[in-house]
Amino acid sequence: MQPLLTVDDLKIHFPITKGLFSRTVGYVYAVDGVSLSLAKGETLGLVGESGCGKTTTGLGILRLLDPSGGKIVFNGKDITRMTRSQLRPLRKQLQIIFQDPYSSLNPRMTVNDIIADPLRVHGLYTGSEGRDWVAYILEKVGLSPEHGRRYPHEFSGGQRQRVGIARALALKPRIIVGDEPVSALDVSIQAQIINLLIDLQAEFDLSYIIIAHDLAVVEYICDRVAVMYLGKIVETGAYHQVYNNPLHPYTQALLSAIPVPDPRQRRQRTILQGDVPSPIEPPPGCHFHPRCPRAMDGCDRESPELTEHRPGHWVRCRLY
Amino acid sequence: MTCFHNLAYQLPMIQKADQHPAPHAQPLADDTHLLEIKGLKTYFYLFEGIAKAVDDVSLHLDRSEVVGIVGESGCGKSVTAQSIMRLIPEPPGRIVDGRILFDGTDLVRLAPDKIRNVRGNRIAMIFQEPMTSLNPVFTIGDQIAEMFRQHMQLGKKESLERAIEMLAKVQIPEPAKRAVAYPHQLSGGMRQRAMIAMALACSPEILIADEPTTALDVTVQAQILDLMLQLKQDYQTAIMMITHDLGVIAEMAQRVVVMYAGKVVEEALTVDLFDRPLHPYTVGLLESMPRLGSRTPGKDRKLREIKGMVPGLLDLPAGCSFAPRCPRAMDICQRQVPELAPAGDRRRVRCWLFPGQGDTSATTVDGG
Ligand SMILES: Nc1ncnc2c1ncn2[C@@H]1O[C@H](COP(=O)(O)OP(=O)(O)OP(=O)(O)O)[C@@H](O)[C@H]1O
Ligand SMILES: Nc1ncnc2c1ncn2[C@@H]1O[C@H](COP(=O)(O)OP(=O)(O)O)[C@@H](O)[C@H]1O
Ligand code: SF4
Ligand code: SF4
Ligand SMILES: [Mg+2]
Ligand SMILES: [Mg+2]
Repeated sequence: MQPLLTVDDLKIHFPITKGLFSRTVGYVYAVDGVSLSLAKGETLGLVGESGCGKTTTGLGILRLLDPSGGKIVFNGKDITRMTRSQLRPLRKQLQIIFQDPYSSLNPRMTVNDIIADPLRVHGLYTGSEGRDWVAYILEKVGLSPEHGRRYPHEFSGGQRQRVGIARALALKPRIIVGDEPVSALDVSIQAQIINLLIDLQAEFDLSYIIIAHDLAVVEYICDRVAVMYLGKIVETGAYHQVYNNPLHPYTQALLSAIPVPDPRQRRQRTILQGDVPSPIEPPPGCHFHPRCPRAMDGCDRESPELTEHRPGHWVRCRLY
Repeated sequence: MTCFHNLAYQLPMIQKADQHPAPHAQPLADDTHLLEIKGLKTYFYLFEGIAKAVDDVSLHLDRSEVVGIVGESGCGKSVTAQSIMRLIPEPPGRIVDGRILFDGTDLVRLAPDKIRNVRGNRIAMIFQEPMTSLNPVFTIGDQIAEMFRQHMQLGKKESLERAIEMLAKVQIPEPAKRAVAYPHQLSGGMRQRAMIAMALACSPEILIADEPTTALDVTVQAQILDLMLQLKQDYQTAIMMITHDLGVIAEMAQRVVVMYAGKVVEEALTVDLFDRPLHPYTVGLLESMPRLGSRTPGKDRKLREIKGMVPGLLDLPAGCSFAPRCPRAMDICQRQVPELAPAGDRRRVRCWLFPGQGDTSATTVDGG
């Protein structure tokens, strides 16, 4: 079956400019050759530390940022170089929900208007049909019609995230990119939102790309996982492959860093030293080598390719 | 494992007794706690009504102990911490009742100039966002040195040397070089380390850590938690660890206090709490947290959730605050607030499901 979305060698480089004439003195290699695919009804988790390029990848895929290179094919159409007007009919099919439900909603609009506004822009559901649709969507995300008349500041974080989901959902998208949709929420609310996303997926026939910095959070929702480090995917596979048999030392470290909710278990953990290096001058060779506990001779010179270790399980590391 | 043990030198330990000849302090008897909060009430007097952010909280902290305070957003964790530090913005806030006993002194009644001597010196605090306690216009070296100048009356040169030692102690690479950096020039993890260095500069007896790792990546969180445990060993500091993450509690704390809507709802040794949570809210919290590796292919992939949400402080339900979300709520729960009652060894719970309710002495008895 043909995937709904394929991303091939996506590159997004931000120029660093200096001086009066905005001379380009270098680039932020935020996304540097990301390839992935998403099947209909599938959920892909995109994980990695902050600054490794997850958000930029998400925005690039939705063409909210212009790619510097590579190819994005959505539903059989190459959308990489489409103009704004060419993209317009596709916009409603590609939606995003943000991490911060606080800043992503217009404080001066009621929830009804927040959800109805994009419908109007895209010429979907007008008049009473529109009102019914908004009420229906509100109910689907666990809010009441009464909530629709309120303003964002009257809501808790979890409820605002529901509004953000409703706004995306109302357009009947094919793909929703969730950029850390539960990171800012309390544990009990995180579970509610994850469950909501799982329910909506089946009902609305959605495909998701869920971005997270915490592997534990996305385990329940993902079919496949892609681990990113400094603009590149370093490991990808079915969720059980990546969680049960992590291959890349970075994935292993990410998993091992998650606190274990068992006070009797004192774990031997691999603590990664330092922070993610700057994507302006990524380390030579394998980008991960300065922090890699298993780095060996040559890792600082040779950049490993993403290779298929087992069917469907890919890794970018010289150990394999 | 980590390479944190290769830090061969340690700062000379400071003799606490000599350093703080507090005239008002009574000798610390063996059976008293290092810090004991009794019936604390901190309210905010708002235009719309009175927000009882902390409403009859009692808890304690012993020497070299890590106590975790856990609960959802808005349940009063930070206000409890700010009350101890006497940092409640007044108005609209005010400590209306209760005692905070530290070394024989009631911090609630301490004069402002005296509290300044305790704050930062004997009880230090670190925050989720280091920028709230780091001054953006001074180098981190100067800011840490300032602690030594102010609280220990050290000279300029010696203060700076000690500051650099502190930076090394929190494992900041090239400490002498980093000492001249401004906070914004450091990464989030480095800033958190700098704040810890500042907090520990005067070897406080108590470190209050308010979600110190919530804003960090899990990898950096692991570094910081490891560092805190290491420093606790070296400094014999008691830590009050505020977090909403039960995983962090399991790794750090010997004892846990669970808060909900301004009240302590359960208190237990960490192992007991995880083995057998009593309060339905604690049960819900433990069930709803995603556990790595707990998903089995083919099985129902839904997480357990606590339905509903934390009630607003201005419209709390009449009886048990958790009743609207509680799967086990009974009639009495809607009408009457349960007491925090003893429930076994070093354990207390505020719930009508457990015997001991109606024993009013329960709220003032300490758990130890
Ligand atoms: N300065 C203030 N004025 C008014 N209300 C306040 C003030 N500070 C705190 N509150 C209220 O007190 C309650 C408890 O707040 P607190 O900051 O202690 O929560 P918390 O448990 O630390 O939550 P979080 O996990 O979000 O940090 C909240 O309802 C909050 O809105
Ligand atoms: N508009 C921009 N201009 C310059 N650099 C950017 C821009 N947006 C993101 N970056 C940089 O690109 C890198 C990846 O960022 P991002 O995709 O936001 O990471 P993540 O979402 O994984 O935390 C970071 O180093 C970030 O600072
Ligand atoms: S290629 Fe070398 S440095 Fe990179 S992850 Fe593999 S072992 Fe580590
Ligand atoms: S007192 Fe009642 S409502 Fe409250 S937690 Fe216990 S059973 Fe639930
Ligand atoms: Mg991001
Ligand atoms: Mg707080």
